[in-house]
Amino acid sequence: MIAEIGQFVLILTLVLAAVQATLPLWGAARGDAALMALADRTAIGQAAMLLIAFAALTYGFVTSDFSLAVVYQNSHSLKPMLYKISGVWGNHEGSMLLWILVLALFSAAVALFGPNLPPSLKARVLAVQAMVGLGFLAFIIFTSNPFARLSPTPLDGTGLNPLLQDPGLAFHPPLLYLGYVGFSMAFSFAVAALIEGKVDAAWARWVRPWTLAAWTFLTAGIALGSWWAYYELGWGGWWFWDPVENASFIPWLFGTALLHSAIIVEKRDALKSWTILLAIITFSMSLLGTFLVRSGVLTSVHAFAVDPERGVFILGILILTIGSALTLFAIRAPGMKGGGLFAPVSREGALVANNMLLTVAAGTVLLGTLYPLILEGLSGGATKVSVGPPFFNATFGPIMVPLVMMMAVGPLLAWKRGNLKTVAPKLVPAAIATVLAIVVTFALVPDGPVLAPFAMGLAAWLAAGTLAEWAGRIKLFIVPLADSWRRLAGMPRSASGMTLAHLGLAIMIVGITGSSAWRVELVTTLAPGQSADGAGYTVTLAEVTRGRGPNYNYERGLLKISDKGREITTLTAERRFFPVANQTTTEAGIHTTILADLYGVIGEPGRTPETANAWTVRFFVNPLVPWIWLGAMVMVFGGSLSLTDRRHRVGAPRRGRTTAAAQPLTAAAE
Amino acid sequence: MQRLVVFLPVAVFAALVGLMISLLTDAERNDDLTRLPSPLVGKPAPEITLPAINATIPGGFSTADLKGQVSLVNVFASWCVPCLVEHPNIARIAELGTPVYGINHRDKPEAADTWLRRHGNPYTAVGADLDARASIEWGVTGVPETFIINANGVVTYKHVGPITQDAMDNKILPKLREAAGG
Repeated sequence: MIAEIGQFVLILTLVLAAVQATLPLWGAARGDAALMALADRTAIGQAAMLLIAFAALTYGFVTSDFSLAVVYQNSHSLKPMLYKISGVWGNHEGSMLLWILVLALFSAAVALFGPNLPPSLKARVLAVQAMVGLGFLAFIIFTSNPFARLSPTPLDGTGLNPLLQDPGLAFHPPLLYLGYVGFSMAFSFAVAALIEGKVDAAWARWVRPWTLAAWTFLTAGIALGSWWAYYELGWGGWWFWDPVENASFIPWLFGTALLHSAIIVEKRDALKSWTILLAIITFSMSLLGTFLVRSGVLTSVHAFAVDPERGVFILGILILTIGSALTLFAIRAPGMKGGGLFAPVSREGALVANNMLLTVAAGTVLLGTLYPLILEGLSGGATKVSVGPPFFNATFGPIMVPLVMMMAVGPLLAWKRGNLKTVAPKLVPAAIATVLAIVVTFALVPDGPVLAPFAMGLAAWLAAGTLAEWAGRIKLFIVPLADSWRRLAGMPRSASGMTLAHLGLAIMIVGITGSSAWRVELVTTLAPGQSADGAGYTVTLAEVTRGRGPNYNYERGLLKISDKGREITTLTAERRFFPVANQTTTEAGIHTTILADLYGVIGEPGRTPETANAWTVRFFVNPLVPWIWLGAMVMVFGGSLSLTDRRHRVGAPRRGRTTAAAQPLTAAAE
Repeated sequence: MQRLVVFLPVAVFAALVGLMISLLTDAERNDDLTRLPSPLVGKPAPEITLPAINATIPGGFSTADLKGQVSLVNVFASWCVPCLVEHPNIARIAELGTPVYGINHRDKPEAADTWLRRHGNPYTAVGADLDARASIEWGVTGVPETFIINANGVVTYKHVGPITQDAMDNKILPKLREAAGG
């Protein structure tokens, strides 16, 4: 009964979306206020309906109603409650439902928090949102119905993929979707602006908080995903350049570019068509990413073809959404004239360079991800290649170097016309820090990879440059400390947000460098009681116990780690076997300090009688790896802090006094 | 000039769509092509003679033993994890009445013996292929691989990788029936 309610509200939402996609547009074209205002109510209505549908599906999972096909295929009565709930989005149908729910929630947020928006712009934004929603609602209802019933009802379910049974991954998809789908706001604003034929500073100011929110969620989502991969996959790595990861990273890179180019539209009324295009591309990449992964086309052509109906439907949606937006762009963009001018050496100039580098970086990742597909398509499936980490490390890294170098300089440059001569003295501390970092790193680890000290220098450069800008802003040590404190308190939150986000990246670079350059590992076979020396430590397999978890059996190995007889820690590493899914997962035992992770996993016991009591033990020392997620946390915090900036809440000034009036107030903000 | 440049994104996207359509429509063709084609299919099974692993595991067989009825030749090893995955399906095929011959690929005889004892031995006969000579004759590229041989000793199908449930239902069982009928 509950499921039928879900089914029913889904269809109602489809009708609401159809109304919202058409009438407000018509109203905006004719200047009909009533029709435009309709969009607010349908947007809120859609969100409410989809919340009901989502609750209905969740109810099905929580009560283990195996008469629902998705519950049967993705849940099991023995599963812990948390994973029954996360099972709702741990499958194709449910994740699609979550996807449109998030889309509808964003639309409702515009309806609720956007009274300052010009009515015609708001009506058009919501109409575009509804068009995207309409496509996916139809997709769900006609090809991926989450409420499909099974008859006869099976006795028990087949279980969630055990790899997904993990607290980190339970919240990874919702965060990722908040990021992906959040970029739909930038997209809808871009398309609405193209329909209006008008892009101004107010538009940019409206787009920025939404983009920033989506970016913050996406950053958190990607970081959580990589953290999960780090401790669950048991390979000691945290990023594998795998197509699924790339699919989330490409929108992140474009979104980061968009975040920065919108600043130029806001401040200088320039770079408009580029920003619009970026907004469209960013969301397109989210769409492409979500669905290439969801449909399995990236990993295997077969999975896509298993259900050709879904594949064709998805492709149809992509063509309609992206194709029409890009066509509209092609028609309208030449009419958009940039207003402000700026010198190449200026804050704007630095932001343009940032955009170019980020776009090239995103393009590189995209090419590397799609290349196997392109080759396969061109050769009719005869040629299969895979593009792995060596490609990405060789191409992506070098693009990042100039980007990071400029990140320290850009914020120090003046708007409109900067002067490198005045900036240079401010960079002296950063230069000293860089040299110091290189020398110290080299002295500490003289036998590591040659590039590693320079990477540490790069991180120091970015951190010191960012801090110098921050110190200059509050006139640290120039005016009395109390004055500096007052300046700090009065600093716009968006400025502090930028400082934190850039610092976060510096921290992350330290972590990436440390873990990829100086990782040491020990792989050995140990019976309980035996020890092995390696990676600078003595590893003892103290004991292995077997037991039963809620829906799995485990072998739990206790690894005692000591350093020259001094005991450091005991790692608990598990191998879990899930009988329902016939799958094994590893749970790494991790002892973390701020300087390094000690990371241990146990593998399979030997297969012959003599070796059956010995386990493969892998032990890694991952230097500085916690800094990666620390950096991500600082970035997320920076994004969130920036979101609370007063001017985002105040919103854009009304039409008419848009361009210059609000400038002085925010001139110092970026 | 700018008029043309603005159409660039849409053109790139159109190319991408074209690519995806071609991938989608060629799925059927891809289905055969992505499986490594075997020149063996349609030809008589290559001549091999393999000794038994040890005295207790039934075995030692040669290509001549395969003639007379539809049979399955499965290349496996105790060190190969996917082999364990497909093992229940191999057992089922044997239960259904098709004799299954195992080529034990580059394996220690003791290890293979333990493995077969622990997981069950569905094989009519197992041949030890210590130096992988037989595998080379049969064009094996990895373990596990499975061949279907009809009553005349002709290879009718080759499966690369483990026989998953899906492969079992949609490939192996229909192909076995086909081999019996033809």
